[in-house]
Amino acid sequence: MRPNKVFAASIATLALGLSLAACGTTEDGDGGGGGDAGCDLKLAFFGPETGDAAGLGKPIIQGTQLAIDQYNEDADCKVEFVKYDSQGSPDEAPALATEAAGDESLIGVVGPAFSGESAAAGDTFAEAGLPTITPSATNPTLADNEWDTFHRALGNDATQGPAAARYIKDTLKAASVFVIDDASEYGAGLAGIVEKDLGAAVKGTDTIQQKQTDFSATVTKVTDAKPDAVFFGGYYAEATILIGQLRDGGFDGTFVVADGVKDPAFLDAKDAAEGTIITCPCIPDTEPAVADFAKAYEAEFGEAPGTYAAEAYDAASIFLAGIEDGIDNRADMLEFVNGYDEAGITKQLKFDDKGEPADVHVYAYTVKGGAIVPEGEIK
Amino acid sequence: MNFEFLFNNLPELTITGLAFGAIYALVALGYTMVYGVLQLINFAHSEVFMYGTFAMLWTVMALNGAEADGVKLIAILIAALFAAMLMSAAIALILERVAYRPLIKRDAPRLIALISAIGASFVLAELMGLRDKVAEWLGLDDNLDDYVSGARINNSMAGVLEKPRFDVAGVSVSSIDLIVIVAAVGMMVLLDQFVRRSRLGKGIRATAQDPETASLMGVNPTRTIQVTFLIGGIMAGIAAFLYMLKIETTRFDVGFLLGVKAFTAAVLGGIGNLRGALLGGLILGVAENWGSALFGTEWRDVIAFVLLVLILLVRPTGLLGESLGKARA
Repeated sequence: MRPNKVFAASIATLALGLSLAACGTTEDGDGGGGGDAGCDLKLAFFGPETGDAAGLGKPIIQGTQLAIDQYNEDADCKVEFVKYDSQGSPDEAPALATEAAGDESLIGVVGPAFSGESAAAGDTFAEAGLPTITPSATNPTLADNEWDTFHRALGNDATQGPAAARYIKDTLKAASVFVIDDASEYGAGLAGIVEKDLGAAVKGTDTIQQKQTDFSATVTKVTDAKPDAVFFGGYYAEATILIGQLRDGGFDGTFVVADGVKDPAFLDAKDAAEGTIITCPCIPDTEPAVADFAKAYEAEFGEAPGTYAAEAYDAASIFLAGIEDGIDNRADMLEFVNGYDEAGITKQLKFDDKGEPADVHVYAYTVKGGAIVPEGEIK
Repeated sequence: MNFEFLFNNLPELTITGLAFGAIYALVALGYTMVYGVLQLINFAHSEVFMYGTFAMLWTVMALNGAEADGVKLIAILIAALFAAMLMSAAIALILERVAYRPLIKRDAPRLIALISAIGASFVLAELMGLRDKVAEWLGLDDNLDDYVSGARINNSMAGVLEKPRFDVAGVSVSSIDLIVIVAAVGMMVLLDQFVRRSRLGKGIRATAQDPETASLMGVNPTRTIQVTFLIGGIMAGIAAFLYMLKIETTRFDVGFLLGVKAFTAAVLGGIGNLRGALLGGLILGVAENWGSALFGTEWRDVIAFVLLVLILLVRPTGLLGESLGKARA
């Protein structure tokens, strides 16, 4: 890597000089600041900016935006930020990915945000050699596609599931657990891992449907099994209604959920949500490492960093470090990302040969006084 | 299959099933009555229900129901009930005026009216799902922010109600479930009597039997159709109120699945038949719960529709298979 970096750096200096010349003069015939100058490079966000899941996309967009803005502040060559709005839908993703692949000045993608759209768009990115770093898609099988371009800046469900199981076993000391999932790729996968890890402690399971609103049969199953804890693999829309009906039905154990529920909308369940444990491979903004980031984020957007904002910031920072080193094409960027090994704000940023992060942390959060507050890392 | 679990929890599963079934039944009334009079399936009826849930939610928010208790809370809930009925009735009347009357006047084929209904359903649902944009165009987004934000996600009024449970002969019962069942069945009986005994009810039945003869006898068909939509809307409003008491959460597309189920209930009991709608709704609710207990909750919808097919195979006109017009006083 070293010689390559030195070479890249000298190219960068050269390019910088050229572009400065190009920018600083109005005289014509000076090369015109074309692609070789590295001055019109783009980074993209790929995921939901509008639609049902827009709430989950917003922190990722803003985290990426912040990294790029900070870079542009004292860079001579500004990096442009473009957004590919998939609405989080696997149906929209392939066409958008083709569009993104066609823009040669785009050399890095933060995203795709969700597992479903990642699976749908992954082939296109791999063929185009366009490196992607997702700050939020956690389905484990995504890494098994032999897409050289796929990277993930956080632990997948195969690491989150065992952590949730460990928390239920060691911290809650729950002797009996009821496991519920929502039949989605994300929820069923996660619940299956938790169920396997807890083994004999699992007293029963049930599968609900997304968009279902009446859970009375499930509630009866839970109250019949009288578990110490209920684990739910799924998203906040169902979790919010489910916990309300479980509490009304007389369940008084601990409700344990994963990152798909870590959304302010879950607090709509009011008192019923209190005491819920939420696991998440996302770093709390109270950790000292992200304090500066959290401050800058709040100053810029007027709100505390949402879920995966810091991971998105890290993902963008890797690409920006590459651009700073003078990289101006996808092949070099891909090589740079694959070999990257530096401390980010959320973790040591280094990918294994499947694109999984080498360093994974899972954190526990709890709902207390109508807010989601961090409880610490799950060891 | 978990028979032991089903038998051990049969009373509880039945009561919660009846409660949701009662809501199906109230919505099913709207389908059944319109079908009885017009031989037309009003697919937009699910949105009539959905607007009712929002009227309930907004009333509770506007009157600050989260901080009220005792008599004040009851007053707020009564206001919310009337708001839901009013909203659903208004939407039903608008539907009749805009999506149906022009077609009926021109003697359009039934298929056209069906398409018109599906279109109206999408327009109404998306209008609710895009209400933040609508408020923005009107320049009202600052004033209405609480009501229009989160247009595409769940909107919740959880925490407003306490839902005490009590034991009846060793079975734990939720007070809300009892209220829902009693209120819904009570409304159905009232409506049944209204259609059987009142002048307007006679007009509805006469129009259902033979619109031409009915109009020769001095029944105004347009007015009768209007009244039919109005009654269906009011019932959907009550269903929306009871649904919000029980589930406490709504969203712009909440009507879709519930509408399909309610329509199923109407067909199950015999479409065009008021008592059939009640029976169909209750059976569907209980069957869903029992089936969920036996096979797992993911089979809920499969069970509902397999049951429908089985019953229609044996009784093609539904369980009570009689039309609105044939119901005698």
